[in-house]
Amino acid sequence: MFKYLETHLPKLVLAPTVIAMLVCMYGFIAWTAGLSFTKSRMLPQWEFVGLDQYARLFSNPRWQVALDNLFIFVFLFILVSLVLGLLLAIFLDQKVRAEGALRTIYLYPMAISFVVTGTAWKWILNPGLGIEKLVRDFGFTDFEFRWLVEQDMAIYTIVIAAVWQSSGFVMAMFLAGLRGVDDNLVKAAQIDGASKIQTYWHIILPMMKPVFFGAIVVLAHIAIKSFDLVQALTGGGPGYASDLPANFMYTFAFSRAQMGLGAASAMIMLCGVLAILVPYLYSELRTKRS
Amino acid sequence: MNSLQLKMGRALIYGLLITFALLYLGPLYVMLVTSLKDIEEIRGGNILALPEHLNFSAWSKAWSSACTGTDCEGLAPYFWNSVRIVIPAVLISTLIGAFNGYVLAQWQFKGSNMLFGALLFGCFIPFQVILLPMAKLLAILGLANTVTGLVAVHVVYGVTFTTLFFRNYYVAIPNELVRAARLDGAPFFTIFWRIFLPMSTPIIVVTVIWQFTQIWNDFLFGVVYSGPGTQPITVALNNLVNTSVGGKQYNVDMAAAIIAALPTLFVYFVAGKYFVRGLTAGAVKG
Amino acid sequence: MKFKLSALAAATALSLAPMSHAGEVEVLHWWTSGGEAASVQFLKQQLESKGVTWTDFAVAGGGGESAMTVLKSRAISGNPPTAAQIKGPSIQEWGDLGFLASINDVATQANWDNVLPTVVSDVMKHNGEYVAAPVNVHRVNWLWANPEVFRKAGATIPTTWDDFMVQAGKLKAAGYIPLAHGGQAWQDATVFEAVVLGVGGAEYYQKAFVEGDMDMLNSDTTVKVFDVFGQLRQFIDANSPGRDWNVATSMVINGEAGMQIMGDWAKGEFKVAGKNAGTDFVCVAAPGTSGSFTFNVDSFAFFSQSDADKSEAQGVMADAILSTEFQEVFNLNKGSIPARLGMDRSAFDSCAHDSMDAFVASSQTGGLVPSFAHGMAVSEAVAGAIYDTATNYFNSTDSAETGAQQLVAAISAAQ
Repeated sequence: MFKYLETHLPKLVLAPTVIAMLVCMYGFIAWTAGLSFTKSRMLPQWEFVGLDQYARLFSNPRWQVALDNLFIFVFLFILVSLVLGLLLAIFLDQKVRAEGALRTIYLYPMAISFVVTGTAWKWILNPGLGIEKLVRDFGFTDFEFRWLVEQDMAIYTIVIAAVWQSSGFVMAMFLAGLRGVDDNLVKAAQIDGASKIQTYWHIILPMMKPVFFGAIVVLAHIAIKSFDLVQALTGGGPGYASDLPANFMYTFAFSRAQMGLGAASAMIMLCGVLAILVPYLYSELRTKRS
Repeated sequence: MNSLQLKMGRALIYGLLITFALLYLGPLYVMLVTSLKDIEEIRGGNILALPEHLNFSAWSKAWSSACTGTDCEGLAPYFWNSVRIVIPAVLISTLIGAFNGYVLAQWQFKGSNMLFGALLFGCFIPFQVILLPMAKLLAILGLANTVTGLVAVHVVYGVTFTTLFFRNYYVAIPNELVRAARLDGAPFFTIFWRIFLPMSTPIIVVTVIWQFTQIWNDFLFGVVYSGPGTQPITVALNNLVNTSVGGKQYNVDMAAAIIAALPTLFVYFVAGKYFVRGLTAGAVKG
Repeated sequence: MKFKLSALAAATALSLAPMSHAGEVEVLHWWTSGGEAASVQFLKQQLESKGVTWTDFAVAGGGGESAMTVLKSRAISGNPPTAAQIKGPSIQEWGDLGFLASINDVATQANWDNVLPTVVSDVMKHNGEYVAAPVNVHRVNWLWANPEVFRKAGATIPTTWDDFMVQAGKLKAAGYIPLAHGGQAWQDATVFEAVVLGVGGAEYYQKAFVEGDMDMLNSDTTVKVFDVFGQLRQFIDANSPGRDWNVATSMVINGEAGMQIMGDWAKGEFKVAGKNAGTDFVCVAAPGTSGSFTFNVDSFAFFSQSDADKSEAQGVMADAILSTEFQEVFNLNKGSIPARLGMDRSAFDSCAHDSMDAFVASSQTGGLVPSFAHGMAVSEAVAGAIYDTATNYFNSTDSAETGAQQLVAAISAAQ
């Protein structure tokens, strides 16, 4: 009996998590999937209508906008955060003074939610109050920065604020990675006459591959769940030009009494997540362990 | 490389680092100066201008007397509500994550990788999806609109992350350690307490910071699963800031926002050093 | 048992009247600031003086969006609040799902059928029984103007949409922003609603936007509505997207802009700024809608409770809401007019008097219509479809024909 317990202890330890996961994640996903095939309006009603909600979803112009925005947002947000985070990390790794203070400054946005910073960001990006007005006050009267109020540019302001929030975290991840690089490798390369840029490009960056992967997963996770950001900054506007799928889903499920449609949009989002995650998991779990 | 080039290189590096630091500080600066101005100055003035007179009245109002609905006690009671939610939720989710990570990294069994993958996928559920089924589940368990229920929700959805952190940290530790200890007859938990936990400080710091930030800043779960009298600070802040009638007091809004963010800011300032150290120690080596 | 209780209540009614009602109410609402919060505070005090404990559950944001999310999860967990701020057709939807409690006893006793106008009482009833209590009647189709700005620009306050274009042109030429506007979906819809009513008339409004008559929606009138709505794009400033409505109101107050189309709650902002109706600001019906009235009635709906004490407390609350004291205080604070008819109107200002007269007059001519921009006319799904089309059209350069087609498509997809 004791023996049995001892050999199965690892599984027993995992059991509560596995049960919670099965119920609260996969159970609820299944529930949502079921809901997406019903005509549910204000609250769940189990009257099935097949793929109707999906057909409605894809004929809804607002969903198309949200989906297009998601692609723009995910791509730019991940790219810019990676580049900026990496650059800051490399610069910080040059034995600069006040590294601790600078690092904290880059990291702090991660600590605050957009419920808190939303208003400040709105002011900064607003042409009549923020950057545009300030630069014009300096004498550059033709200066324009009005993405927040332009229908086809508003989504880029969401990218800016999101990068501000998350790039510090990416910086920390890269900085940690760089600190793990063996100094002798760098010295050897420099003795061979490689310039600093060459050393980074050819030797250090390739070693950062796992960090890139880790950062992409974290960023993708943030990007797909981005909700507060849009709510606080643009409210989805002008019109619904800066809507993201998470906002679409929330609006339709909870304030528009179209729960079936909201559930269908959530299922499409989850399928998108699978597409990102499967390649990562494949490489992660195959190479890591026998 | 001559010294002039070197100096120019250093200047460039410092220049860029400082420029970015200023840009990153922008929003916080705007909030801070606004919270110290009076309403007239905010209406007429430049958002970057320093306040003419330091005026802390908005801060005391936000903390102890601002009204939301029929309650006029400021943010203070909600602040303590948040504390009561965050502390157990962070501790429990971190502990469970450590055990899970230990098993998934060091006591692998058939299908444990599959489990890990399934758990990772779970991180990506948009939380809006689970609001209603979770409400139903909490009601079945008798936890609807209680602090315990809210803590449980935070633990369930936090454990995916904490497990991920610990698993990736422990996976870098050679398996031989566990094997040797088992040959010596050390049981499962003894190995964890004696060998793994003592070397886990960096990853515990990372996990605690992460969880603390997530749970403190949460609005969605807080508004839906709390009851009257147990609402967290983000809900109170939202009630204060997200209204538009009767002459908005931007200085009070901003002071309230900073107060709500203070604990997480504090954690980052104090523990930020350990954060990078913890990440270095293996958390990110996916 | 029930008998005994009511007999006991009757016996003690005289001596112990204030204390005879025990119990508590938990009230979900999104009135967290300004005059609105003060009004709720007054209701709370009234109930407490009658021995009912008030537990406040305020959730602000997005015109009740967050509060509705909370309400839905509370309902699904079998633990709804005693009362919640719900209005319009949503009351029927909640009633159909079996969540609402009848307060018919109280309503009959207090003679609600006679003190409430029929358009209001119809909304409060589900299957013929009262399940909600109205707190006010907002008029949405108001135009707020700064007379000083008009004088300086040599313009007059417009009464038709054709005239609006002429006068707004003059304001613009004089360097003012003609129409102060906040580019949020609900504000776009509020202006759109005024245009629908002003251009199409009350009958078209009723048929197309309340009853969802497809022939009406497909008519040329819809194109004309979109044409006028589209012309307004040139009279707002480029920075309007995302602006809160109260910021737009302050532009009229400080003379930056000439006018704003907004419901009567805007009056509160003028009052807070110390301005007087008639001299510092003017309230008139939105262009072309002087004989009409788009109404928006706020109300509290009551949820079924297992606890008898709570049910009794619901009755006390319903009774207090319809009391003349509460109706007066609440509506003075909020800028609206009482839902209860025949009240003393001396405490109200000239804008409110206009509103009261228009309410009575329009109810006889058929000009009294529910506001679709404020959740009174159609289901949330259809209202959402109208929101999306209006806000997208207003922020684009689409032609009126395209706008009309998109509206028809969106409404039929949402039904």
